[in-house]
Amino acid sequence: MPPAAAVVTVPPAVAMTGIHKSFGRTEVLRGVDLEIRRGEVHALLGGNGAGKSTLMKILLGVHRPDRGRVALDGAEVALRTPADATAAGIGMVFQEFSLVPTLTVAQNVHLGREPRRRWLIDDRRMCAETADVLDRMGVGLDPRAVVGSLPVGYWQLTEIAKALSQRVRTLVLDEPTASLPFSEVEHLFALVERLTAQDISIVYISHRMAEINRIADRMTVLRDGRRVLAADVAAVPPQQVAEAVVGREILHLVERPARRPATGQAPVLSVRGLCAGDRLADIGFDLAPGEIVGLAGLIGSGRTELVHCLFGVDRPTSGTVELAGAAYAPAAPCDAITAGVMLLPESRQRQGLVLQHSAEVNLLLPSLRRLRRGPLIDDTRGRALYENMAGRLGITGLGRGQPVARLSGGNQQKVALAKWLALAEVGLTPKVLLLDEPTVGVDIATKTDILGLIRELAAAGTGIVLISSELEELLAVADRVLVLRSGRLAADLTRSEIPDEESLQLAIQGA
Amino acid sequence: MALPTLDTGPGSPPVTGRTRPGRLTRLDWRDQAIYIGFVVVFAVFALTLGDDGFLSGANLLNIVRQTAIIAVMAVAGTFVIGAAQIDLSVGSVAGLSSVVTALTLSATGNVVFGVLGGLGVGLAVGTVNGALVAYAGIPSFLVTLAMLGIAGGVAQWVSGFQPIPILERGFTLLFGSGDLGPIPSLLLWALVFVVAGAVVMNKTAFGRQVLAVGGNATAAAFSGVRVRRITFTVLVASAVVASIAGMLYAGRLQSGRFQWGAGDELSVIAAVVLGGTSLFGGTGRIVGSVVGALFVGLINNGLILAGLDASQQIIIQGVIIIVAVALARKH
Repeated sequence: MPPAAAVVTVPPAVAMTGIHKSFGRTEVLRGVDLEIRRGEVHALLGGNGAGKSTLMKILLGVHRPDRGRVALDGAEVALRTPADATAAGIGMVFQEFSLVPTLTVAQNVHLGREPRRRWLIDDRRMCAETADVLDRMGVGLDPRAVVGSLPVGYWQLTEIAKALSQRVRTLVLDEPTASLPFSEVEHLFALVERLTAQDISIVYISHRMAEINRIADRMTVLRDGRRVLAADVAAVPPQQVAEAVVGREILHLVERPARRPATGQAPVLSVRGLCAGDRLADIGFDLAPGEIVGLAGLIGSGRTELVHCLFGVDRPTSGTVELAGAAYAPAAPCDAITAGVMLLPESRQRQGLVLQHSAEVNLLLPSLRRLRRGPLIDDTRGRALYENMAGRLGITGLGRGQPVARLSGGNQQKVALAKWLALAEVGLTPKVLLLDEPTVGVDIATKTDILGLIRELAAAGTGIVLISSELEELLAVADRVLVLRSGRLAADLTRSEIPDEESLQLAIQGA
Repeated sequence: MALPTLDTGPGSPPVTGRTRPGRLTRLDWRDQAIYIGFVVVFAVFALTLGDDGFLSGANLLNIVRQTAIIAVMAVAGTFVIGAAQIDLSVGSVAGLSSVVTALTLSATGNVVFGVLGGLGVGLAVGTVNGALVAYAGIPSFLVTLAMLGIAGGVAQWVSGFQPIPILERGFTLLFGSGDLGPIPSLLLWALVFVVAGAVVMNKTAFGRQVLAVGGNATAAAFSGVRVRRITFTVLVASAVVASIAGMLYAGRLQSGRFQWGAGDELSVIAAVVLGGTSLFGGTGRIVGSVVGALFVGLINNGLILAGLDASQQIIIQGVIIIVAVALARKH
């Protein structure tokens, strides 16, 4: 028990003690304790595979613990099914939302438990109740709006409204800011404060330290299925938290190793007057070989649209692009790849990977044609290439042939990135690598690995365009930062022109 | 398909080198379900229908003959379904191909022209199917459903609902009527297609790109796969193979007739799905599809020997397909 317990007389909202859980022979949780007080924001941290989701699944009644107890407000409970957990006032907002896009906000909030009058659904009551909940949240949102037509920030609000309408008392938020534009993050924090003022406890899962310092009261850090740190957020310096997560001393992520700046070389990529419908207007910039250019901006500012134009997913309506001095107008991604322009897409699950195929099959997909001997694929060479990449990037996980869906987020991202490294091994080296949010939802250790890899590629001469919403990441690796605002280039700043994160944040928000 | 489960998020369970042994065994069992089912049903028929001649060489060859044409189409069907498309027009295309082949043969007396006529049917239909699906973006279910009607109607129209006899021995010997020693030529046709299909599916860049497109077309495109070209090619191949199947019918039955192949699309889909290929795309088991086709043929044969009539056969066939697919389904 932490010393603070002495002053707490109210039993904790959630007390999980000595939780053990194994899948087959793999021990995932080895005696974990978790204590959530009433009305606090409790950060739950840990790397991929530390046991966070398994612990939360136990709290949500999805899994049952092999050993250990769960008590809610001092009373021991057995959460056998998700319905038990819901009835006990526990709810969760997943990173990947569970909404039906074609239904309205009210219909989603009441999905599966619609209020009825006789046999028919009582639409009026459903909307009124939803409006009440949204009111409590301080959100101006029409219950009749169709979810699919709303910006992603409202999806999350709908999820939270859904939990609240089920009288949630402990709400788990899984990486709630990963899908939010900056402007929405403050709204979310305000909402979290509003909820805790109503005595709702929040379990806040995030990899972003800045957010945790900003809103969490206490934290629990898991590593390898054990609790390695439980403390007041204010009492622990961030460096110590990061080391608890990773389990070893880490270099500052924000530290910027000296890089040899690209000097006076002809640009590998040269963009002039690029427009794409009403999404991009008059974008122009140069990228030198070995240069890392950061792309900053809010969601919807045109960052993803820009790299999609450069990768041949979308076609610009006007403007010119030159690649290594030659005209470059890819009609499809395959043209871009052949020319040496490659993209690590924003969503590894939707755009990066065929989830049901193995890591090996995914990794080799772009290289298949180059792995042929005669008309047939040389499988021995393919396998060796995979082993080589898996070793180099530290891709660890399930056995060969297992679907990549079962890998952790960090390992999935490594596989998606390794596709292009593998292609380089068989003779098609990227001239330009476009990276769209490469470290979203990956743990700190993997993040440092990926950033290291980006620096390595740049050192080898690849020009890099890096989209990131994490400013410390941009500042850590980028030589230059382009700021996009409403589809226009708002600023082109060299690293030395950006004194700190705050000034970059201001440039992004246009203040 | 991206259901929100905790499994796919970061921080999901075990990232160690070991899988859950229980699940692995179950998956293995499900992957082999069609082979196990085939052996079990064969054994049951052998025990119960042995006295009715089930095990005689003539009867077993009969099963192979009846199954071979479906197996040929199921090879191409595995690519179509593996690419997350469907082709409902194969039966009609086979019928139309048999009619056009017979008409060309009777008009020219030249086997080569006859074969070219049949192949032309497949190429024309396949190009229309493929272009509408891959380049105009119309779902293959609708396109090939419409084509099922169109090809069937054209076959009835040009043949005037009459069977057109084929008198060229060279053609009928080559396509389905002849034997090579004890081996029916139909079996050789099926073998050629199965071997070629298995090699293309498992050993070529094309085969793996088909499965990538079926598994996640967006991710495939982002990896440099020409998704439209793959979809187009797969649908053209399916129609061309169906037209060859039509010529096999024409050769075996020594005539061209619009009914040849009617309803085969369902047998083909059943064979492919029974063989372990997911209807949602992303997997493709050529050998499984062929065993699936044999399985359906085996059951039909056994039911006939057991004295059931055609209507009862269809009912039991339907029930067996549902049961088999339900058992083999992965959760």
